Amino acid sequence: MKKIKKVLSLLVISSMVVASFAACGTKKSGETFTIGGIGPITGDAAVYGINVKNGAEIAVKEINAAGGINGAQIVFKFEDDVADGEKAVNAYNTLKDAGMHMLMGTVTSGACASVMEETNVDNMFQLTPSASSTDVLKNGNVYQVCFTDPNLGITSAQYIAGKGLAKKIAIIYDSSDIYSSGIEAAFKVEAGNQGLEIVAEEAFTADSNSDFSVQLQKAKDSGAELVFLPIYYTQATLILSQAAAIDYKPIFLGCDGLDGILTVENFDTSLAEGVVLMTPFSAESTDEKTASFVKAYQSAYNNETPNQFAADAYDAIYIIKAAAEKAGIKPDMSVSEIGTAMKEAIQQISYDGLTGAQMTWAATGEVNKQPRAYKIEGGKYVSAE
Amino acid sequence: MSFISYLIKGISLGSVYSMIALGYTMVYGIAKMLNFAHGDVIMVGGYIIFIVMSVSGLNPIVGVLLAIILCTLLGITIERVAYKPLRKASSLAVLITAIGVSYLLQNVALLIFGADTKSFSSVIKLPALKLAGGALTISGETLVTIPLCLIIMVALNIFIKKTKTGRSMIAVSEDKDASVLMGINVNKTIAITFAIGSALAAVASALLFSSYPSLSSTSGAMPGIKAFVAAVFGGIGSIPGAMIGGILLGVIQILSSAYISSQLSDAIVFFILILVLLVKPTGILGKVMHEKV
Repeated sequence: MKKIKKVLSLLVISSMVVASFAACGTKKSGETFTIGGIGPITGDAAVYGINVKNGAEIAVKEINAAGGINGAQIVFKFEDDVADGEKAVNAYNTLKDAGMHMLMGTVTSGACASVMEETNVDNMFQLTPSASSTDVLKNGNVYQVCFTDPNLGITSAQYIAGKGLAKKIAIIYDSSDIYSSGIEAAFKVEAGNQGLEIVAEEAFTADSNSDFSVQLQKAKDSGAELVFLPIYYTQATLILSQAAAIDYKPIFLGCDGLDGILTVENFDTSLAEGVVLMTPFSAESTDEKTASFVKAYQSAYNNETPNQFAADAYDAIYIIKAAAEKAGIKPDMSVSEIGTAMKEAIQQISYDGLTGAQMTWAATGEVNKQPRAYKIEGGKYVSAE
Repeated sequence: MSFISYLIKGISLGSVYSMIALGYTMVYGIAKMLNFAHGDVIMVGGYIIFIVMSVSGLNPIVGVLLAIILCTLLGITIERVAYKPLRKASSLAVLITAIGVSYLLQNVALLIFGADTKSFSSVIKLPALKLAGGALTISGETLVTIPLCLIIMVALNIFIKKTKTGRSMIAVSEDKDASVLMGINVNKTIAITFAIGSALAAVASALLFSSYPSLSSTSGAMPGIKAFVAAVFGGIGSIPGAMIGGILLGVIQILSSAYISSQLSDAIVFFILILVLLVKPTGILGKVMHEKV
């Protein structure tokens, strides 16, 4: 009993100490914008959250150095949610107590689905850098920077038809993965609309992802001129080498999951020659804006290369700035007033970012932008627009 | 023509499975335990060959030989440290230890080599064989894998039937206590079994990763489980059974994904396994063991 009392009193004291520190943080809320960020910076999905946090911090630093938003500096606060819905709601409440005006988050779709119920009640403006599920569009109060999964499939089909790359298409996809099967389903429908013929539709699962000889043989026998790979790069390296082994040389086309294929240790990059990637962002791109972002990121964070998530977050902060300037919001307005003004403004702006040109938003929150197409030539990404 | 090509691929994949399955089946037959770390020894072998080839740039043959030596030592060490002290413990305790060793190997590899996948360059430099005007292509890896597996299988059978060490293995597997009375060193025999199994795992790793060149800390797990299934399929404890089980598993997997559905191939393989075990619970070549009272 004595022990419990001791523990309790310690808890009370420590919570008082924390409370007194927290009080320091909320001063000057009339002069600065507080933008909150939520995402996993520990746990399995940590790599995404860390990239988002770092990418956003670079944008905040640049904006503050250039005079801030509508003359007010930005304070960026980031909370960890371990990609968990319940922890994300706790993180949201912590940020709200710290005087958050707008939310840039969350990083993962599952957590986003929980937090969006809260932001809906509070009328808090929410822009997610990377939650790509269509579930987060349900309430119409979450705006996305990234594409939805189906959107990648649709734009890929349009790109193939628009460029006249091929008429007969084979698909190899991971039926046990929601990203891959989401793209595949939308691609199939749009390919039909575009008059493309799908001659082979082959699946694999997480348990059978090393042998693709059958899938490739069927694609070869069906006469497919292009193989669509809405999968991640690890499996793609195997597919490319197994295709070479049976002398099959179609065009290979994939989405952002393939980004990273050239960095696989010991992979013979000549196998990837001619592969086309539909991806919103690639650190390998020679585009000036991207190059300067990658350089800033590497010098700030231990020479690490940013991935698409970092670029999404960097864009997200600039999109908030663009919409905030359009709406003419001030830090002394209430969260709900800012929310209403921002929602109206974001639908009117058009933004050119790292992850797409001419980004515009529908009332549902879905982004409309052109993905960039890259082709691998000589072990480098070359624009294939 | 495509049927023949699928069949050859199935036999090639099945040969690798049966090589791994030999390790499971020998250890089970002699020590009566399931060595779940066997799949991870394959992964270790893969990394050894990878380092030798890509970092030090030596001949692939050197890499494979070094992998065989180091994997053999690893197998003996695992047996000595993790399984031998538990010889008298319940089989459940040994099973859990084996799973523990499996996770240990995976996580040590993760710590040393990181989470990103490495691309393995093939140790087999043979050009592909083109038949029937290019309609049938057999890769160099397949050309080596199938005969090599057959040779190893025959050699192993001769070793067990004809040599003194081999016969003492059979004796230990039939009756451990009686073989002690006959003057057989049971501990030494079990250690040799682990050594042979692990050496085979190293050879299997060279063949497996040459055909499927993606190497990560969990690369050994799935082939390990498939090979274990092959061992049960053929009748665990039986060496020809492991071979037949492995090849059947590979062929069924490839043919079902070619002619039925690539998505359902695993489901079909395991469905057939259940059917076989319902009809013949000891597997295709398994012997019924009668408990003597």
